[in-house]
Amino acid sequence: MDSATTEPAIARSGASGTQSLLSIRSVAKSFGKNPVLRDISLEIAEGEFLTILGESGSGKTTLLRIIAGFESANSGEIWMEGERLDVLPPYRRRVNTVFQHYALFPHLTVEENVGYGLRVAKLRKDEVATRVEQALAMVKMAAYAGSKPAKISGGQQQRIALARALVNRPRLLLLDEPLSALDANLRRQMQVELKSLQREVGISFVFVTHDQEEAMVMSDRIALLRMGELEQVASPREIYRRPATAYTAQFIGHTNLLRGGVLSRVARCHSLDWPVGLPDGPVLFSLRPENIRVVDLAVGSSGVNVVRFRGRIRHRAFHGSTELLQVECEDGLKVSVRTATREKWHGDLELEFSPDDAIAVRESQERI
Amino acid sequence: MFSRAYRAAITVPPLLWVTVFLLVPYALLFCYSFWSVSSTQMIVHSWTLDNYRDLWRVNVYWQTLFRSMWIAARVMIFSLLLGYPLAYYLSFHAGPRKDLLYQLVIIPLWVSYLVRAYAWKTILGSDGVLNTLLQYVHVTTHPLEFLLYSPFAVVLTLTHIYTPFAFLPIYASLEHIPRNLVEASHDLGASPVQTFWRVILPLSIPGVLAGATFAFVLSLGDFLAPLLLGGPSGIMISNIVVSLFGAAYNWPLGAAISLCMLLLVLGLLFLSESLEKKWSFR
Repeated sequence: MDSATTEPAIARSGASGTQSLLSIRSVAKSFGKNPVLRDISLEIAEGEFLTILGESGSGKTTLLRIIAGFESANSGEIWMEGERLDVLPPYRRRVNTVFQHYALFPHLTVEENVGYGLRVAKLRKDEVATRVEQALAMVKMAAYAGSKPAKISGGQQQRIALARALVNRPRLLLLDEPLSALDANLRRQMQVELKSLQREVGISFVFVTHDQEEAMVMSDRIALLRMGELEQVASPREIYRRPATAYTAQFIGHTNLLRGGVLSRVARCHSLDWPVGLPDGPVLFSLRPENIRVVDLAVGSSGVNVVRFRGRIRHRAFHGSTELLQVECEDGLKVSVRTATREKWHGDLELEFSPDDAIAVRESQERI
Repeated sequence: MFSRAYRAAITVPPLLWVTVFLLVPYALLFCYSFWSVSSTQMIVHSWTLDNYRDLWRVNVYWQTLFRSMWIAARVMIFSLLLGYPLAYYLSFHAGPRKDLLYQLVIIPLWVSYLVRAYAWKTILGSDGVLNTLLQYVHVTTHPLEFLLYSPFAVVLTLTHIYTPFAFLPIYASLEHIPRNLVEASHDLGASPVQTFWRVILPLSIPGVLAGATFAFVLSLGDFLAPLLLGGPSGIMISNIVVSLFGAAYNWPLGAAISLCMLLLVLGLLFLSESLEKKWSFR
């Protein structure tokens, strides 16, 4: 689940460490009486790959369309490099979009599609030709320059849509679920290509997706959107390791939510207890299945500062290299445990986790 | 899969219909165009090319044919000039009023052709609405004569009648343009005007061709508007065919002219269809 690629500095520092390119300030939008976005504020840094992640209906596409200029916000402002962006028509913004279904012009060839933005900007013919050629070479589509979009495959159309946007050298590239129409293998390949292309050109990408795995693989930062509100904005590692809310913990990866209470610096959840640095009151913990270990009785416990408990395997799901066990404890507590695949475990198990891995999260209303 | 009786029951009626009402009349027309009329007004059933020769030798026939084409061409152009902006506005900018406006464009089609032609007569006549108004506001002192019984009146009336026919296919083709293409064009820096010329117009060409074909072909064969409003200078080729089959009693010549028009129209349909294919990309 961790990001497979090495993280650039920006992911660790967040937007604050670098020059902010785009600034979204208190943007709200409703369609009729339906609020779609409520008070969204977000900074996007120079050269950053930011993913807006959310379920369908979370408002992610609307937010992207407001940045592109196809929708206008009811309130709030968008600034880019010290200039108010949201008052400009879409054709005056130095922002380009890769559309979900590519939106290639069917009456133009691949070459004409890619050169479209340069031609409407009335660039010299030889410059258009050079830049189109470079852009096509960049996405490895030079051989298809003369083809009509209907004659090339979905993956190839995807590359052309990318070249058509990047050839204009935008300050910011918006991508609206560009990989959703591709099959799984091509999709994974394009994720890697897209990410390395973004590094190469150094342009900020705002990528919209509903696929949390895709978001984890590609992003410097993820902005998780839920019902029109930002749930959490952080790097993939941060958002996975330190989810701020119960919704985030469940949406990004798989987790156990343990409900309990804190009294005098001790957290209690069912029959388990461990020391915490939290104030008294009810509390909700997120504990990732892979952070619960099965204690091998022959070897013994892996540490002193652990919470230990016993449980019985109720169900096991084989996932190849790992296995997900549903374990029920004597006190009725049910947890998921992810372990390396072993045949020998069955019946009763001795389990443990480190208190550091139980992350206190905020409650999320509804749909938990 | 289906029984023979069932298959016969569904194929024979349309075949019969096409044969009786289409193939037989056209075959007869074809035969008649190679026959002739005797001095005693009898049809002579011997093959001759005289009718086709007459078509080119007698000036009034080919001149009227060319005038009809010129009238039809003007009707086509004006129908497109009116129909396209209307369709464009309705498709892209009418918003919630779209359905209402669409109905308003379509409603005239439900009104009898004759009613619409007579309406223009009362508007354009020498003591009609328009002339009365022009004199009342002292633009002219005498009624303008060219308004009625002229090619002008025919073009005006036919344009009024056939604009919805040009509008409909254009509207349909504009409605079929995916809106994300328009957004993509704006996104790539093209202004609304550039987007119109580079994306919307090229993608609506099939509709324009279909609309142009409708307007041209339908006005070319029209005979009521020139009869009611055309006067001597506004006569069209169909009026001649009507009179040849009627009072003049020269069916063979009428058949020859009809066949020429039929070939002309078929050629146009073929041309427009192949152009439409060339301009459609899905």
